[in-house]
Amino acid sequence: MFSFCVDPSTLSDWPWMACYLTTATHMAMYRSVLVVLALLALVAPLALGLGFMGALAVRSHSPLLSAPGKVYVSMVRGVPDIIFFLFVPLAIDQGLEYLLHNIRCPDWTEPVRKGNDFVVCAAAKLPLATSAPWVHSLYGFTLAVVAFALVFGAFAANTLHGAMAAVPRGQMETAESYGMSRGQAFRRIMLPQMWVYALPGLSNLWMILCKATPLLFLLGVQDLVYWARELGGQKTGLFAYPHPDWRVWYFLGVLIFYLLLTWGSQKVFDGLMRRLTRGQATAGGEAQRKAMA
Amino acid sequence: MRTCAQSFDGLILRALGRDHGDRLLPRGLDITFCDQIFLIASGMIWNIYFAVVAVAAGFVLASGLAVAMGSHSVWLRRPAAGFVFLFRGSPLFIQFFFVYEALVLLPKAGIEIAGLTIDTAWTTRAWAGALFVLVLNTSAYSAAIFHGALQSVPRGDLEAADAYGLSGWTRFRRITWPTMLRLAWPSYTNEAIFLFHATTLVFFSAFPAFQQSGDALYYARYFADQTFNPFVAYPIIAAYFVLATLGIIALFGVVNRRLNRHLPKEVRRKLRIRPQFIR
Repeated sequence: MFSFCVDPSTLSDWPWMACYLTTATHMAMYRSVLVVLALLALVAPLALGLGFMGALAVRSHSPLLSAPGKVYVSMVRGVPDIIFFLFVPLAIDQGLEYLLHNIRCPDWTEPVRKGNDFVVCAAAKLPLATSAPWVHSLYGFTLAVVAFALVFGAFAANTLHGAMAAVPRGQMETAESYGMSRGQAFRRIMLPQMWVYALPGLSNLWMILCKATPLLFLLGVQDLVYWARELGGQKTGLFAYPHPDWRVWYFLGVLIFYLLLTWGSQKVFDGLMRRLTRGQATAGGEAQRKAMA
Repeated sequence: MRTCAQSFDGLILRALGRDHGDRLLPRGLDITFCDQIFLIASGMIWNIYFAVVAVAAGFVLASGLAVAMGSHSVWLRRPAAGFVFLFRGSPLFIQFFFVYEALVLLPKAGIEIAGLTIDTAWTTRAWAGALFVLVLNTSAYSAAIFHGALQSVPRGDLEAADAYGLSGWTRFRRITWPTMLRLAWPSYTNEAIFLFHATTLVFFSAFPAFQQSGDALYYARYFADQTFNPFVAYPIIAAYFVLATLGIIALFGVVNRRLNRHLPKEVRRKLRIRPQFIR
């Protein structure tokens, strides 16, 4: 990085540290922060959308829709999420490969499950063995996003369902008396009002999502935890920057990163809540009105 | 092929170490369905151990912390609030890593205090180190719940206590604390479930499983890796967790009924279970 970094062994403490913290592997670690943020940015809208559909399904009058909705929501809530994070990517991976296998290799006669092995033809491997390394990482990351979205979609469905139920009954009755259809009443009355009831639950969910991102490491994505373990471990004299076991300091750094993330999010949500409460028929809205007057 | 009875004898206590069953875990094609059922069940011993001890110890610590958070003294309030922020604001996963790495740095030969050598090796073992993290973590979450409940103890109750001449410790023990517990209990039930599910993270983070004695998820993943088949082991562990969660709900429901027994039927708050699982 810096011009004086050519021979680290001759440097004194401070320049050594500056060089050490800007090595190529450290830069990869800083980039992995972006991986975490990208996951958050992708999962949040996906989970919200999935949750919204789930909540609508649960509310539906047709048992064909409401039964799967209820199963989805309660299944994810009864089982530790980490099991889903381990199960979903593997299951999707094998499911897709099996599907491709049937399409691309119809004349393959051997069974796919041979004893303990899961064997598909080379053309059905995901990603293909010939693909570039970045395709492999992207595929892993996508599976992680899907697993997170599925789990958090169930949580969000639960929160949004509660928020829809919390919109005062009188509002919906008034809409009906104006002759609005079920769909119209939902779009014009419930949809704009439900968010103030959903926000506390959703902000809680966001915090939980932030704190779940280290589990990316389990899915083989090179995230902060991966680099903290990798870079912090003891480095002997063979390395350019030898140092003893520094993993505790790296994890302290990761800990502080997450504390800042949750602290910042809290501030944003507090502001958002103040905005949404304005003019609402809730205790919070009333308190705001009194403070203004 | 092993029979189910053989699997049961060899594996049901295997999680306690290799002196308590088969020395080697079943491998590859030797794995039977019964092996998976019993070995994963054996791993639940650790999940239950962590959950029971952490909830019991965390309960006491959380009560103290909640009182400290509501205290008038800045010297009590600030540290308590900081502790709660530290453990609620960061992922449990990272806390496990951090504490493990910190414990590893303790001198291996032991610490000498006043001529006595205190052994440190046991602190890095999961049963002690991970339990320590879990206790602190659950006390932070529970303290936040208890603090909220303390704030909503009805003023009338406290005024009535004053009228009866109760004050200080007596008032706290007989009025404030039971009311706090009653108000907090539904959320506290969630927290207990939440913690129980979080015990699966122990052997996934830093803490190594000595002699392959791990928790239920450690074994479920072992089987999924050995058989390349996630469709057996993970549903088994999922079923165990659903059953255990129902057990927790039943157990806490009994306490909830006892806490609410003086109230007329309509006023009693039903236990609403809204667990959230990741911390």
